[in-house]
Amino acid sequence: MSQELLDLIVEKIHTLQGEEVIEEAKLNFEKPMIILGSDHWNLATAKLLHDEESLQFDFLSCVTGVDYEEHMEVIYNLYSTKLDHYLYLKVKTPREEPVIMSADQVWKAADYMERETYDLLGIDFPGHWRLKRILLEDDWEGHPLRKDYITDKKALGLD
Amino acid sequence: MELKGFQELEKYDPRILEDVKKNVFFTKVDQLKAWSRTRSFWPLSFGLACCAIEMMGTGGSRFDFDRFGVIFRASPRHSDVMIVAGTVTGKMAPVLRTLYDQMPEPKWVIAMGSCATCGGPYKEAYSVLNGVDKIVPVDVYVSGCPPTPPALLDGIDKLREKIRMEARGERVTEG
Repeated sequence: MSQELLDLIVEKIHTLQGEEVIEEAKLNFEKPMIILGSDHWNLATAKLLHDEESLQFDFLSCVTGVDYEEHMEVIYNLYSTKLDHYLYLKVKTPREEPVIMSADQVWKAADYMERETYDLLGIDFPGHWRLKRILLEDDWEGHPLRKDYITDKKALGLD
Repeated sequence: MELKGFQELEKYDPRILEDVKKNVFFTKVDQLKAWSRTRSFWPLSFGLACCAIEMMGTGGSRFDFDRFGVIFRASPRHSDVMIVAGTVTGKMAPVLRTLYDQMPEPKWVIAMGSCATCGGPYKEAYSVLNGVDKIVPVDVYVSGCPPTPPALLDGIDKLREKIRMEARGERVTEG
């Protein structure tokens, strides 16, 4: 079941973009997972996942950011309430200038979660309607969940 | 003890003397106040993380805080001891200080668990205060992550001991 869905997703995306853009597609804990480069993650692909008759991923349950030191990644956990299936979508981006298209227009839930990812990891989401810090103070310097962030608790007044 | 005014005891009815010995004792007002305070701690329930679950467990029927006169209050103006149970973040710190300032004197603070004591597992984190003693004076530290209900009961008992010793005029620096 999941393997067929994975094949279907890969096929649909390849047909849409006209080339082999998916870096990796496999089952992750028996749920489909695909890895995309950030330059291949666009609005058309997001809309395809959301609107396509056989996919209908209408629910974005979680957005997570990861700093892998050699690159950065944002993970979108998608679910279809109508067809009851899942997709883990990972979008890779270079660490020097991390930019990933916002999924805000397709899934409203991306709003706060992308703001959090921006806040803590400093990944830019072009297309987001209001990308500003959500957890930390507005005048905070740096992005604390980055691997190269140096925590000076004395300077923050916490030690 | 030599009772004043009772030098010529043989003049009195021995039954009265017995009653006096049973019913009269001498103390200082300070010590009496301390004794009464230790029997009715009203803690401000300040649960911030998982320690709060253990604190609630201590308040429940199994460990039963109420039998020591410890009754949780939801307002700082009712309470005389603050049990800081959990991780104090940089954003929570000014709120905690405000609540402490709103408590009427006399007041005490118990730092429950390693987060409230020194930052615990979040010692290097960018948002966590390294110990609640950076902003309020702490009387008793309860170790553990989280401390078990008996440990918290022991913390309450330590605080009692401290209050009684201070009322006797002793300076308490270690438990």
